[in-house]
Formats: sequence, structure tokens, C-alpha cells
Amino acid sequence: MADQTLPIHGALDLTPPREREHTLLETLHSWVTTVDHKKLGLMYMMMSIFFLLVGGAEAIFIRIQLAVPNNHFVSPQTFNRLFTMHGTTMVFLVGMPLVFAWANYIVPLQIGARDMAFPRLNAFSFWLTLFGGLFLYYSFIGGPGLYGTGSAPDVTWWAYAPLTLKAFSPGHATDYWALALIVTGFGTIGGGINIIATVISMRCKGMTLMRMPLFSWVMFVDGAFVLIVITPLTASQVMLLIDRYLGGHFFDTQAGGSATVWMHFFWIFGHPEVYVLVFPAFAIASEVIQVFSRKALFGYPAMVAAIIGIAFVSVSVWAHHMFTIGMTSAGNAFFVLSTELVGIPTGIKIFNWLATMWGGKIRFATPMLFAIAFLFQFLCAGLTGIMLSIAPWNWQLHGSYFVIAHFHYILVGAIVFMVFSGIYYWFPKATGRMMSETLGKWHFWLFFIGFHLTFDTMHFVGFEGMPRWIYTYPADRGWQNINLVVSIGGLIQGIAVLIFAYNLISSLFKGKIAGNDPWDAWTLEWATTSPPPVYNFATDPVVRSWRPLWDLKHPENPDWKYD
Amino acid sequence: MNAIPLVATSPEQEWHLPYKGRIGMYGLIIAESAIFTIFVIAYIYYIGKSLYGPTPQQVLDVPIVNTICLLSSSITIFLSERAIERNNLKTFGLWWAATIALGAIFLIGTGIEWHKLIYHDGLTISTNLFGTTFYSLVGLHATHVVVGLIMLTIVLLFTLTGHVKHEHSERVQVLALYWHFVDAVWVVVFTVVYIVGR
Repeated sequence: MADQTLPIHGALDLTPPREREHTLLETLHSWVTTVDHKKLGLMYMMMSIFFLLVGGAEAIFIRIQLAVPNNHFVSPQTFNRLFTMHGTTMVFLVGMPLVFAWANYIVPLQIGARDMAFPRLNAFSFWLTLFGGLFLYYSFIGGPGLYGTGSAPDVTWWAYAPLTLKAFSPGHATDYWALALIVTGFGTIGGGINIIATVISMRCKGMTLMRMPLFSWVMFVDGAFVLIVITPLTASQVMLLIDRYLGGHFFDTQAGGSATVWMHFFWIFGHPEVYVLVFPAFAIASEVIQVFSRKALFGYPAMVAAIIGIAFVSVSVWAHHMFTIGMTSAGNAFFVLSTELVGIPTGIKIFNWLATMWGGKIRFATPMLFAIAFLFQFLCAGLTGIMLSIAPWNWQLHGSYFVIAHFHYILVGAIVFMVFSGIYYWFPKATGRMMSETLGKWHFWLFFIGFHLTFDTMHFVGFEGMPRWIYTYPADRGWQNINLVVSIGGLIQGIAVLIFAYNLISSLFKGKIAGNDPWDAWTLEWATTSPPPVYNFATDPVVRSWRPLWDLKHPENPDWKYD
Repeated sequence: MNAIPLVATSPEQEWHLPYKGRIGMYGLIIAESAIFTIFVIAYIYYIGKSLYGPTPQQVLDVPIVNTICLLSSSITIFLSERAIERNNLKTFGLWWAATIALGAIFLIGTGIEWHKLIYHDGLTISTNLFGTTFYSLVGLHATHVVVGLIMLTIVLLFTLTGHVKHEHSERVQVLALYWHFVDAVWVVVFTVVYIVGR
């Protein structure tokens, strides 16, 4: 029934495509020189998945080292490098490219546009991001050589001064870190500009802002948000390099500079950054939950208001990372209250997702499983966040594994889960083939179990006083059993991700043919073929509500009647 | 349900969205503002925190001529924007060239100021905290002036070869937006460095 109306009449050029006789070199050339938003989106995605595997491997090394007491699996120097590179990789080379992967591939299709607003800037941003990442990893070669893990950064991913200054970090390890992140940062700025220009200036006829699918709304807010989030980091890294190379004194306490200033500058970037990374998860959840609950999203305007609210509030909460440095009580109180304020818009989102599911006809396909797990894990992560926002509690648990458990609940339990959900959801659109549901379920359950084994137990070892960053620990602290469980959970997650990678590759070649609209969804990207042609839509679509495909499939009861 | 007679907006209505170049430039300006904000905050926080001299009071002179030149370049570029909108290309080129000249005077003035500071007063970026924050903030702004001047000069070259036409008016205005931003930032930098910090 749906197939009779889809794709939109006249939306596709039905003349047969030219014979595809591309040599490998031609194919490679077409990818390297492309300015097509879909190819760039896929390249961002492949970059993220590649670095996810790399960063994941680093995490596995860390967990092997910590699995048993008095372990010497890696050297202490290598251990420092591993957790620095793990954090830096996951935030800047996995999380950030994912933002642009989703925004690039989905947003132009959802708003009925031909491409992003600035296709060449788009390609430029991608290559900056990729080469920034490769530059960071180049640090492994050099210094004492690959065996001694080269001159990879070892200053943690927030690189507190004065450890990063020339006197304490000689050599080039810190420079690789700062320069690589400045380069990827420029890529991020370009990407952010592109998203907001696309959404404001490229929407198809009839798509007012309040008829934009919520996914595009969230990515739009994220694109604008990233412009004021990543730039303080760029600025403070320029200051760091001035200190290191021109003899500046920004963070040099011996000349009146202040290490605390670095902390403030870093977390003015660092905390909103978490929201930049989690917004795509919100965006994907808003699509997946409504499509698999067979119900229109509950409270669309409230969801839009909430996402803007989160963005606004989150730029005033950064110093909750710094309660232990001894701020004034007024400062403490302000950051406690502002942090807890984030709970309100976030709560609105969670309740709206639940209300969307309420009374819906839920299909438990793999994307929905990940989305449901996301809802509960995101809630738990929010609750431990509220706990940590209370200054006295924070004084007790700062720098312990409780904090690690808390933020991994967001980064893995919310973001990575929704990224998997989104890949299962949009893979048919991008490739024309379905991913295997059987392997998908295996992936989900193994990852789910591994996740909870690792990160639930990590809270408890945090309560028991295990500090972060320690290389190893003695056997008599009572930490060893939990640490073993944590490490086993990590391995299970690793296996699950390998299943996912296998599923991705095998489905690409042998997956079931998907058709244009396998999930019976409601947004414009499902109105074109799978995979979409280079031009997306042969005629510009015209929409009258925020579920244009619902209107098309149900002409007797279209959404626009109730606008 | 279908008893509610709602009139849906006709899709045949005029559909007009803002020019993407302008939106992109606004985005860049937002991002740049955040970068400047961090440097300005660092400057303000470190006022008077240098452990040794020279201090701003001893060495800084208020660059009045410079400031007048840079701020009036915003007026000249506005006049050239208006000229190209009215398809008056000769006037456009004239005011555009005047803008570049004023920007160049500003840069030369900064160069003279820095030369005096370095060779006469012995203040470099590594001398003390004041030197570090001063050169990085003023230098960051000067870098933006340089970038702006390069782009303005490219447009001037195209104008002289007759390639800039009335239809490029919108693009030229996007570039002018950047120049206005550079001027506006100078107001902040000037206030912080030469009035508050001195």
C-alpha cells in the first residue's frame, strides 16, 4: 500500500543509470574528490567507526592492565598514553565526526535539499578532521619509537596546565595533541557553519522551521552550538602553544599566570562538548522512537524548546568539573544550581519519548531495542550527574571511578547506543540493503550485557575509593573482583562491536534488498530511492506538515489538517 | 475529524529563504566572537597580575589615529556596499579602495607601535604576562585585519579587471559583513587594552 505512493511521483529520474564500469582508481578518485553530502557523510561515518575501533582497542588495553592487581601488562608511560589517546580519540575523532556524519547524510535529505549549503567547505571540513586525526596518531611514530609508544600525548584529554608546559612536558607529545585538535577544530567550525546555513537557507518549499523533522531541528541546534563550544578550546590551545613556543606566560604560575584559567577555559569547552556529542543521540531517538512506536512524536514544540534550553543552560555549568579546586561558596552554589537546571529540559525530553511510546504499537526491531536501552541508561546517567553536581558529594567522589562510570553512561550508554540504533535505522537508506536482524539482536544483547557489567560495577569501585588514572593497585584494597568484572564486561562489548562490524560488512554485500521505505517512516529521506541518487530529488519536494510521508500515505487523514 | 474545515497554507505561496552566504558569515562571526571572548577574558583577568614590568601605564599610548582610521573604514565599506547595490560600480571601486587604504594605515600604525614596544621599551611576548596577553590579543585582531585586507584586495583586483558586477552585490556584502565584524571587535579590544587595562 505504501509502495504505490512511494517514491513521491516525479521525485526520481527513471532513465536507467549509465553502465557502471568504474575501475578501482576511478572509484577512489570519486570518493576523494567528492563534494556530495551523502558521500562525505559516509566518509565521516567510516572515519568514526575506524577510530571507534582504535579507541576501543586502547580501552581494552587499559582494562587488561587493570583487570588484576599488581599487573604489568603495559608500562606506566604507555598506560598514561593509552588513556590520553583513548579519551582524545573518542571525543574528537569519534564523537565529533559522528555529529557531522549524521548531519551530512540525513539533514539535506530530510529537508528536501539538493546538498549542503557549501559543498566544498563540507569536503574541506571533512579532510581537516581526518588529517587532524591522522596527525594525532602520527605521534605514535617518533620519539622513542613505536615500541615505546613514540611521542603520543600523555597529559590526559583535558591536558591540565602546568603539566603541559615545556618544563614538564618536553618533546612534542603535547604539541601533537594541541595542533591536531586545532586542525580538527577548524573542521568542526566549518561543519557547524554548513549545518546552520543548510537548515536556514536550503529547506524545500513549505518546510517552515516548525515543520522540520525533529532530527533536523536537533542537528541545527547542534551546528549552531558547536560554533561557541569548540572555539574556546581552539583559543586556549593557541594560548598553550604561545606558552610552549613563544615563551608566553598564560598558564605559567611563576610569572603570575594561572593554571586555573586553563581549567576554566578547557571546561567552558569541555562540558558543553558533552551535549554537542549527545545531541545526535537525541536526534536519532526522536526519529527511531516515533517510527517504531507507530505514533507521531509527543510534544514536538516542547522538544524543540527543550533542545534549545539544554544548549543555553549547558554553557553555564562548566565549573562543576572543578568543585575540588576551592571556589567561593557563591561560585559553588551557582554551578550546583545551574547544573541541576539541565535536568528540567532533559526530563522534558525523556518524558516526551516515553509518552511517544505510550499506547504505541511498538516494533522491537534492533534500532528500537537500542533506543529503549538508551532511554533508561540516559536516565541513570542523568541521575548520577545530578548526584555529582552536588558540591559536597562531588568533593567526596571527584577523581574516582564513580565519575568515569557516570560519563561513560552518557558517552556509551546514550551516545554509542543511539549511534548503533541510527546505523541500523538508516543503513537501508544509505546502501539499499537491510542489516541482519539476527546479528543485530546478538550485537544488542551482548553489548547491553557488556555495558552493564562494565559501567554499573564501576560505580561501586568508585564508592570504594579507587581513583582514576592509576596504573595498578595492590591486592588488599578490595577492588580486584570488581575490576575483573569491569574488564570482562569490556571484552564482551569488544566482541559485540566486532559482531556489529561483521554485520555491517556482510550486510553491505549480502543483506536483504531494503526497498525505499523499509520502516514505513514519515520523513522525506524515505521518499527517494535507497541509496538516494546524487541529486536526491529530481523535483523539489513540497511539504505541508512535519510528517510529509504520512500525508502522502494517508491522504484521507493528513497531518496538515491539524496544524 | 474531517469536519474541521482548516485551510492549509497553499504550497503555491512564495517561498523565500535567507541568502546562505550571509548565514554562513554570521556563523563564522559567532565562532570568531567566541575565540575573541576567551582572549579578552584572559586579558582582563591578567590585568595587573604581571610580576615585573614594563606595565601598560609605562609603555602604551592610545592609538587614536589608528582607531579613527579603522572605524571610518566601516563607513567607507558601507558606502561601497550601497554603491554596488545601486549598480554604481565606479563609486563602489573607489570606496572599496579607500577601505583598503584605511585598513592598511591601521596595520602600519600597529607595526609602528609594536616596533616601539619591542625595540624601545623592551616588551616582547615573553617579557611578562602583560606582554603575553597584549601581543596575543592585539595580534589576533591584527591577523583578522590582514585576512580581511587580503580578501578585500582580491575583490579590488576583480573590480579593476571589470569582473565585479551588480549581481555580485550580495556576495560583496557578505565580505563587508566580515569587515564590519573586524571593526566591531576593535572597539572591544581598544576598550579593554587601552582604556580599562591602562
